[in-house]
Amino acid sequence: MTAQLFLLLVQACGWTVFISVISIVLGLLLGTVVSAAMLSSSRSLALAGRIFVSFFRGSPLLVQLLLIYNLLPMLGLNVPSMVAAIVGLSLCTAAYQAENLRGGFASVPAGLLEAADMLGLSPFQQFWRIRAPIALRMTLPALANESIMILKASSLVSVVGVVELTRMAQDLSASTFIPLPLFAAAAFIYLVINGIVALGFKKAENSFRWGIKA
Amino acid sequence: MTFDINLIYSLGPTLLRATGVTLMVWLGATLVAIVLGFFVAFGRRYGPRALDAALRVYVEVIRGTPFLIQLFLLYYGGPFIGLVLDPVPAGLIGLAIYGGAYFSEIFRAGFESVPTGHIEAGVCLGLDQGQIVRRILIPEMTTLVMPPIVNMMIVLLKETAVLSVVTVPELTFQISAIGSEKYAFVEAMFLLACFYWGLVELCGTLGRAAEARFSRLRLTR
Repeated sequence: MTAQLFLLLVQACGWTVFISVISIVLGLLLGTVVSAAMLSSSRSLALAGRIFVSFFRGSPLLVQLLLIYNLLPMLGLNVPSMVAAIVGLSLCTAAYQAENLRGGFASVPAGLLEAADMLGLSPFQQFWRIRAPIALRMTLPALANESIMILKASSLVSVVGVVELTRMAQDLSASTFIPLPLFAAAAFIYLVINGIVALGFKKAENSFRWGIKA
Repeated sequence: MTFDINLIYSLGPTLLRATGVTLMVWLGATLVAIVLGFFVAFGRRYGPRALDAALRVYVEVIRGTPFLIQLFLLYYGGPFIGLVLDPVPAGLIGLAIYGGAYFSEIFRAGFESVPTGHIEAGVCLGLDQGQIVRRILIPEMTTLVMPPIVNMMIVLLKETAVLSVVTVPELTFQISAIGSEKYAFVEAMFLLACFYWGLVELCGTLGRAAEARFSRLRLTR
């Protein structure tokens, strides 16, 4: 295990972080939409939201990735494997985040929304100015958890040929025949990234604490 | 599309066996993981400080790294330290070690949420340490930890799909093979996802029923 090999792993972990961050952000946006659908008064919309969440939470991510990776070309979308991987991860995390956000949205005090009504805020304004920020703040710990889950889950995109940290460790161990130190080093890098993410979210939670009654 | 009975004859046994492997590995690993997790949580709470520190490292490392990497370490790295495992035992052991860390955190929270007053009451009544654990902590804890345990069982069921990467002949592995062979990979994957989906929903429903039954039992006693 040379410094050169370790450097290659560190470079590859850039892709792990890249894929994870994009998926988390896309998943958060889509998850907000889905949670709004689940909470909407339209019954068919709520049902569609629930089915989406149930399916993506109920089947293994690996199977979802394999499905999407092979489905997109069938639909005429010849996208690189990186894009397919991001689509798969985003859809999956959107389902989990929608479920978290649903809880957050449900806990927005009715009084605030009544006040917003009185002030003449449009439903759109109410959503982006009052409901979404509060729900996001309430679900920040869950988002921290989900981010770490996705960082770990992103290792599965190695199976559809994206050369991120796990795939790089695999490829290097196939050519150098030292899998033990390589995978141990990869595990160490994952631990460090997850530690940083956990710390970052803890900081964010503390600075967002105002406005939440303990 | 014609109904081809020969397809059922030729694929049926493979699919049944693959389902069997998935269920066997899942339930076997879950059982080992729950026992392991319980003892880890117990050791961390009642053992010496050094044991707590060592077990903490185990829990944090497992929870901080992807299951796939752990599996690779065990399956491809193992032989370099004399640990040669066939795919199925490697999958089972890997899944059990992985689940054990998460279950231990569930049990730890369970131990912590038993009110101190109940334990003090036990002390006042002259129960010894073992009796307090057996008669107060564990019965109270089991009702509290049931929902997260069911949740974790579902997570482990979904993780069994990852075992296909190290050639464990479970459902995902066999169905990908059949799907590629028959040029119907997307259809096969879709059916597979739906199969897991159904199994997860079934598991969740059974789990909720078990929770309801458990808590009723405890309340009436």
